[in-house]
Amino acid sequence: MDSGFDFDVIERSLGYLFREGMTFTITLTLIAMTGGIIFGTLLAMMRLSSIKPVSWLAGAYVNLMRSIPLVLVIFWFFFLVPYIGAWVIGSNQPIKVGAFYSAAITFTMFEAAYYCEIMRAGIQSIARGQVWSGYALGLNYWQTMGHIVLPQAFRNMVPVLLTQTIILFQDTSLVYVISATDFLGAASKVANRDYRLVEMYSFVAVVYFIVSYSLSLVVKRLQNRIAIIR
Amino acid sequence: MHYSWHWKVLLETEPGGSGTYLHYLIVGLGWTLATALAAWVIALTLGAFVGTVRTTNLRWAVRLGNFYVEIFRNVPLIVQMFLWFFVVPELLPKALGDFVKQMPPPWGSYLPAVMCLGIFTSVRVAEQVRAGINSLPRGQRFAGTAMGLTEAQTYRHVILPQAFRIILPPLTSEFMNVIKNSSVALTIGLLELTGRARAMQEFSFRVFEAFTAATVIYLLTNLIVVLLMRGIEKKVRVPGLIAAGGAPMAGH
Repeated sequence: MDSGFDFDVIERSLGYLFREGMTFTITLTLIAMTGGIIFGTLLAMMRLSSIKPVSWLAGAYVNLMRSIPLVLVIFWFFFLVPYIGAWVIGSNQPIKVGAFYSAAITFTMFEAAYYCEIMRAGIQSIARGQVWSGYALGLNYWQTMGHIVLPQAFRNMVPVLLTQTIILFQDTSLVYVISATDFLGAASKVANRDYRLVEMYSFVAVVYFIVSYSLSLVVKRLQNRIAIIR
Repeated sequence: MHYSWHWKVLLETEPGGSGTYLHYLIVGLGWTLATALAAWVIALTLGAFVGTVRTTNLRWAVRLGNFYVEIFRNVPLIVQMFLWFFVVPELLPKALGDFVKQMPPPWGSYLPAVMCLGIFTSVRVAEQVRAGINSLPRGQRFAGTAMGLTEAQTYRHVILPQAFRIILPPLTSEFMNVIKNSSVALTIGLLELTGRARAMQEFSFRVFEAFTAATVIYLLTNLIVVLLMRGIEKKVRVPGLIAAGGAPMAGH
């Protein structure tokens, strides 16, 4: 390793890093966020259900996901998804699933457990009387949830949901373990090819910091605005 | 689609010849715990210090503390792991850097992993400590001053003993996070539990047996930690003081 910080290697690979790597990272984050919030909200409704087996099942899923490391979950789904896919389409060979789809499924399923806990707190923050008045107006469970409870729960929880999304954005870098080319993966490939590990990893850290810190400032401002309205 | 299970693989000898695969995984758990515990010592020490400093009136210290927290909270754990493993030895004085790089395995991965996890977690501990101190009524501080205690004495005898008991439940979940997060150290070559499950899958081709075994071991570890901490929480609980549950926090 020769001395001196080589900025040139960063400049040369900028296009690759952002066009390939960052695009992967951001797409994965957005998909997992959308899927995770939808699935997580359903899980939260299941956990709060008065039907025991339903709430037990959701609780078991959430606790399982929250008890094992994300890296292990990534490995699980990486090997499991081809089998599930084969089972779904009735093939007797495990189907081939790319790293991106595998990662998208993994993060959606994993983050859902965390979004679930946030949405559960959000639903519980709505006064019970609102649910009863919904029923009194003749609405059924889904109408009460969809028109009265969830919109308010969601709004109360927007800052926490977004903070969780910043964590998700950082966590997507763990797809490195299945050799996907996300932002870190792209940087790591350049780093190893040109033997410029110090430069590339420092650059990656700086970029992640700038993005995450800016987003957290946005969330903080949003939090203050919501706090004033209520 | 059908997967034929072969659980006996756990009792077969692993290629390294150290014993059965089950033994191989249990040793992995040992490394997971050794990493997590050492990191936890760093995290508690630094976290308690930084968290406390951020509640004082020293403006520069508060700012420095905030800076520290923001830096280590906004960079992904795996990137921090790479920084400690690949970048820090290059920045150290040459002799020390070479010494770190030439440490025999697994110490060459263990040391950076512990430093990385310790500091990463200290930030989260610092946030909890600060929240715990701020949740105490301001009267406690005034009462300390009124009794003629200095600020340091007030912290030592009045504020901190209460704050630490209040934040014990969130600290428990932070400790479980360190155990889980130590799996990221496999990326710098530390063969802890997840790393060994992955290696076992590569040697034996028994994918789901390996991961199921690791999952069960993690679940049992969690269970033991929760039961242990519940006992401690019961013991140190301040009568009449309810734990600051409050708002849900995002996190892993």
